[in-house]
Amino acid sequence: MSATGEQAQTGVLEVDGLCTDYGPVRAVADVTLSVEPGRVTAVLGANGAGKTTLLRTISCLVPAREGRVRLGERELLGSAVEDVVRRGVAHVPEGRGVIGELTTEENLRLGGLWRGAPAEDLDEVYELLPALRERRRQPASSLSGGERQMLSIGRALVARPSVLLLDEPSLGLAPLISARIMELVRRLANERQLAVLLVEQNARSALAIADRGVVLNLGRVVADADASELADDEDMRQAYLGF
Amino acid sequence: MTRFIDLTLNGISTGTVYAAVALALVLIWRSTRIVNFAQGGMLMFTTFIASAVINSGASYWVGFVVALLSGLVLGALVERLLIRRVAGAPPLNAVIVTLGLLILLEAVAGMIWGNTPRSFPPAFSIRGYDVGGTRVLFAPNDTFIVLVVIGVAALLGALFRGTALGLRMRASAFAPEVARLLGVRVGRMLTVGWALAALVGSLAGVLVAPSVFVGPNQFDPILVFGFTAAVLGGLDSPYGAAVGGVILGLALSYVSGYEGASLVTLAALVILLAVLMVRPGGLFSTTRERRV
Amino acid sequence: MSAIAARARVGRARIGELTLARGLLLALVAAAALFVASELLSSFADLELAEGLYFFCVLAGLTVLTGLSGQISLGHGALMAVGAYGAALLIGEQHWALVPALAAATAITAVVGLLLGAAATRLRGPYLAGATLAFAVGLPALADKYSSTFGGENGLVVNPPNPPSGLGSSLPLERWEAWIAGAGAVIVLFTLHNLVRSGYGRAMRAVRDDEIAASLCGLRVARVQTLAFVVSAACAGLAGGLLTVVLQLASPGAFQLSLSLSLLTAIVLGGLGSLVGAAWGAAVLVLLPSWTRDIANSFSLSTKVSSNMPLAIYGLVLVVAMLAWPSGIQGGVRAGGARLRALVRSRRGG
Ligand SMILES: Nc1ncnc2c1ncn2[C@@H]1O[C@H](COP(=O)(O)OP(=O)(O)OP(=O)(O)O)[C@@H](O)[C@H]1O
Ligand SMILES: [Mg+2]
Repeated sequence: MSATGEQAQTGVLEVDGLCTDYGPVRAVADVTLSVEPGRVTAVLGANGAGKTTLLRTISCLVPAREGRVRLGERELLGSAVEDVVRRGVAHVPEGRGVIGELTTEENLRLGGLWRGAPAEDLDEVYELLPALRERRRQPASSLSGGERQMLSIGRALVARPSVLLLDEPSLGLAPLISARIMELVRRLANERQLAVLLVEQNARSALAIADRGVVLNLGRVVADADASELADDEDMRQAYLGF
Repeated sequence: MTRFIDLTLNGISTGTVYAAVALALVLIWRSTRIVNFAQGGMLMFTTFIASAVINSGASYWVGFVVALLSGLVLGALVERLLIRRVAGAPPLNAVIVTLGLLILLEAVAGMIWGNTPRSFPPAFSIRGYDVGGTRVLFAPNDTFIVLVVIGVAALLGALFRGTALGLRMRASAFAPEVARLLGVRVGRMLTVGWALAALVGSLAGVLVAPSVFVGPNQFDPILVFGFTAAVLGGLDSPYGAAVGGVILGLALSYVSGYEGASLVTLAALVILLAVLMVRPGGLFSTTRERRV
Repeated sequence: MSAIAARARVGRARIGELTLARGLLLALVAAAALFVASELLSSFADLELAEGLYFFCVLAGLTVLTGLSGQISLGHGALMAVGAYGAALLIGEQHWALVPALAAATAITAVVGLLLGAAATRLRGPYLAGATLAFAVGLPALADKYSSTFGGENGLVVNPPNPPSGLGSSLPLERWEAWIAGAGAVIVLFTLHNLVRSGYGRAMRAVRDDEIAASLCGLRVARVQTLAFVVSAACAGLAGGLLTVVLQLASPGAFQLSLSLSLLTAIVLGGLGSLVGAAWGAAVLVLLPSWTRDIANSFSLSTKVSSNMPLAIYGLVLVVAMLAWPSGIQGGVRAGGARLRALVRSRRGG
């Protein structure tokens, strides 16, 4: 049932001139950026800057007004939400999207159902995130915030994506846990050649592990630079990043 | 004492049917957040189809299977053709659509088969068992009713808990957007959910038909009591539906036996209000009862 | 600070007066229109008008409850029954005059609504639907249980209301009934029109939209919701009383579950939350059955088909209307009006 004949794409994620409207409000305005495999691009910006909307547009959860999103050779825009993961894009939504009524293991299995992932694939996640193995039979609603974030990242990994969209993974986590999540993201990009688009409020820790940083303001890209460069830019830090 | 036993046994049998209807409503509520008032009309229609099949000379079991299959198809059709189109509208609109469908199905059934209720054969004998020389109010057919409902509920449980399809369906019901991001075809899951729910409903229809007869409006009380049972148990809980159905069946059986059949609906009101005053989300509610 | 507060108070008072004046004007216009209509219509049509007017009473109350305060009720048919039996007992057995009897029937139903509403504040969505459904089905059992008081299956018969002799002996009974029902409807219209625009109306909307936010703003959610139930029950009680007067009969057959369900469908079909929508709903409830019966009879169909045709059309109308006009007839009319205005404007502009 899950065999669709679609081949997950690999390659560079390219967002080109993307615009998204909510009625009269333009939430994403002419955004252009690209992420290569093995690289992490941090998307920063104040509340309401349009970060979540950017990710939701890439996942076809909201329709784009203009522009294109390509992964390797293939156009992503205009497909059904259900097919986005089949094309190699895993989206860990804002608020983590862990399904509390299901157990940890069921959440993980769900991530691989579309490709008929064998049970061993879950073991791989458990090795990466041992805390989850202990909680495999518990309802996900009983997990702590950090565990939930690991679960939702682990669930995305079961899909074997080539692009990972992460929406504020450190939200509401203790600094130590948040730092561990960031490390994990970096490792995943390196080891699995994932292209990661990392939306974060916590600019300092995101830039610490990212290769590039993109700053959004009112839906527009106001800066797109190497992460270290951005972190050192006093004006940028003052105006948008707040550290 | 024998009277009490009789009423208890009778209550279990009718309660099982209420439980089946409640289960059909709960399945749909969980997946689409709609109270499917058309369920009464749908199970009426499929029972009529079974009745027509049996009257044309086929065996009971052919009719039985035809009822279940037509329930499956009807449920899928209703979801595809109607429910999907009101998905984005205010929630009351979906309620009105199911009410409209209930009325429409009852009218169409009346047009095809007439409004005079007709009898429907039981699967097995309805002569009560002989226990130590007295005949109790529980017959082989009641055993059949109880067992088949338990069996179907168990199968559904296994489907939901133990299969990939069930996992997909539960994910679609609890978190449709997340499920879609994970590649689950949520629309298809809703169709399957409606089909399965309608199958359970049509089962209730053929099981109760011998005692209420088949007619366009004969199943209205079953819908009302099934809904009451579902609310009693908590609309999000299949176990609640089962327990609610049996509790209601027992309670109504006692009331009707000791106080008279005319008070049955009043008793249902009193029971429901009493339970909801203590647990506003039903007996098996897991969610917070009130937001404020 | 006190100056600002005082000015605000004056402002609010002025808005209040304005609303009151507009409500009064609306009521007068409605009364005049009803009077003229009743004079022009045949006696049969006057009877239909009277029916439509008591349906308007209950629908207006229900649309305030469901559309404004966000509480569903599948039990308003039973509330109508309370008013109808109350009026029948007071008029038929106690020989009360018409107006006090109707007022008492309204008050009794309001009290029942208070009880129901107090229970309802703890319930949400389908649980409230289930409880009120059980109410609609359960209450009629009382009439059966105490059949010596309530007349059992046959119900209670009352004498037709006598038109005052001052109006002349030629006044048809149906027209007089239409006037009585019209008076009730105008009172309901005036009251609800003001309520909707008052602080209570705003409180109801706030509670409907977000209970938590409303309670954080200091609104007493439970009280607001209960009040909505009381008001809406009073309207249903008045409607029931008027029904008794118009039909001269209160019988269990008139208040079955199907009535409660029709009431809910009518307010959604008319346009939820709007008093005009309630009027549309009332028109649908009265006219659709007779139209569909005429349609069914105009074909030479078997009785099996023709007797079920009105119901089939009604069901079909509900389904199709919900798919075609998600916000009801009034929503459709509004959208049509807006499109017309836009057209006129563009013509003028171009
Ligand atoms: N469903 C919606 N309908 C209308 N407007 C919306 C919707 N979702 C977001 N917006 C608006 O679009 C803009 C961008 O919102 P978005 O959620 O993308 O911001 P964000 O950068 O993710 O903010 P945060 O850091 O708070 O999560 C905001 O002005 C928001 O109010
Ligand atoms: Mg966001």
